[in-house]
Amino acid sequence: MDRNAILNELKKVLAPYTENKELLNGITEETDLIKDLKINSANLVDIIIDAESAYNIEIDFDSAEKMYLVGNCIDVILDKMNQSA
Amino acid sequence: MSKRVVITGLGVVSPNGMNVPDFLHSIKNGISGIKYVPLFEELKFNCQVCGMPEFEWEQLRNYITETSLYGLKGKGIAFGIKAALDAWMDAGNPIVSDETLYETGCVFGSSVADTDVIKNAINRVDAKESKKLGSRVVEQIMNSGVTAYISGRLGLGNKIISNSSACATGTQAILMGYEYIKYGMAKRMVVGSSEYVDSYVFGAFDSMRVLSRKFNDEPEKASRPMSISAGGFVPGSGAGALILEDLDLALARGAKIYAEVLGGSNNSGGQRSGGTMTAPAAAGVVRCISEAMTQANIKAEEIDLISGHLTATIADKQEIQNWADALNRKGADFPMVNSLKSMIGHCLSAAGSIETVAAVLQIEHQFVHPNINIEDPNPEIIDLITANNLPTNMVNKEINVLAKANFGFGDVNTCLIISKYK
Repeated sequence: MDRNAILNELKKVLAPYTENKELLNGITEETDLIKDLKINSANLVDIIIDAESAYNIEIDFDSAEKMYLVGNCIDVILDKMNQSA
Repeated sequence: MSKRVVITGLGVVSPNGMNVPDFLHSIKNGISGIKYVPLFEELKFNCQVCGMPEFEWEQLRNYITETSLYGLKGKGIAFGIKAALDAWMDAGNPIVSDETLYETGCVFGSSVADTDVIKNAINRVDAKESKKLGSRVVEQIMNSGVTAYISGRLGLGNKIISNSSACATGTQAILMGYEYIKYGMAKRMVVGSSEYVDSYVFGAFDSMRVLSRKFNDEPEKASRPMSISAGGFVPGSGAGALILEDLDLALARGAKIYAEVLGGSNNSGGQRSGGTMTAPAAAGVVRCISEAMTQANIKAEEIDLISGHLTATIADKQEIQNWADALNRKGADFPMVNSLKSMIGHCLSAAGSIETVAAVLQIEHQFVHPNINIEDPNPEIIDLITANNLPTNMVNKEINVLAKANFGFGDVNTCLIISKYK
């Protein structure tokens, strides 16, 4: 799965936690989940739980801490998918 | 200097009405919200009927943000949000405010935090999957969940209190809000209570053998306060909410005024002299009603209508006796009495607030709602207060002063005196 495909799927994972859904249309790897998408920081754990389930991976604490930009999320997801492959 | 406190908004989520207009229609016409629940038969409950609001999550779509609605599972919280925000809008306020409203607070109660949400947590943790619980569980299993959602949505910045005193919770919340405004600590309070009785709470009451069990095939007849065939109460769920406001503020903003809270009392019989965990001491109840009249500065003969607690157990007769003693009125001189529980069952913590919404509507529209299922009234009650005071059909009547009381487990009592605004 390439980065672009993951980015598009990630939009679906982020959608329930993004009040203004239009913001999702313009997301890039530089988009900040909290600052740009206005996601409540408490919901980052829900996004991690949903991503674990969507990609059948496990995201440890250290990796989770890196997931604040969309690009970081893709890095972690790809990394974990490769580990479990 | 104490302030006058008026009611400027109403909201209700009831088994017989999901909003104030529908609820008003139901209580005028004696429409029951009690239904048979197949699951309760499957679970081998003695009582297989209950009052459950016709709630769907979609109804909250315009009440809270989409991200907040996503992941909300607690129905007691949901009922409370709907009733409170309906009351807020009914009082002419916009839901969304950018500023914190430091002069407006909230007292909203419930008995049991949502056990469906707790069950999910228990199952996950026991399966060693606590990791999957996510961020939304704590806010829904904390007892203050309902006030946290309501106050957060409205931006309330005064006292935010989640009260709990069993079946006296709703009227207690209203009394607390009233007192904060009366003594100048707040200008406006969102008050009320909510309850979602799920199978676990229901089962615990069922096991106490205090629930109705002989009318499972005729659900609408199952809740029979003051009837000789009353055999226990029918659990109900829902929420009621009121906006209480300093009269000066209400007048200044030209708000519609439904009624005035004249005063009230909240006490306990101390579980002495006949009072126990589950039964109120008569002396405590009488004292509570008397204190409420004193606080409200009214005389017993001014009371036009009693909205009783009257759950449809053997305690009904004693409750009527307590009212007669407190008011020193009996026979034809006794005021009319009704019990909303005949239509919606006993909504536990939500009972007091839903019944107070009904009380305010009876003052506003000048009527007495019927007692249904009382075609065979308890003769001892009739002896004491006459059949004329137990209307079985709606009665159009001048209602200036109404007394509303609830009595809860733990021997706790609350009585409110509400009047037409003059």
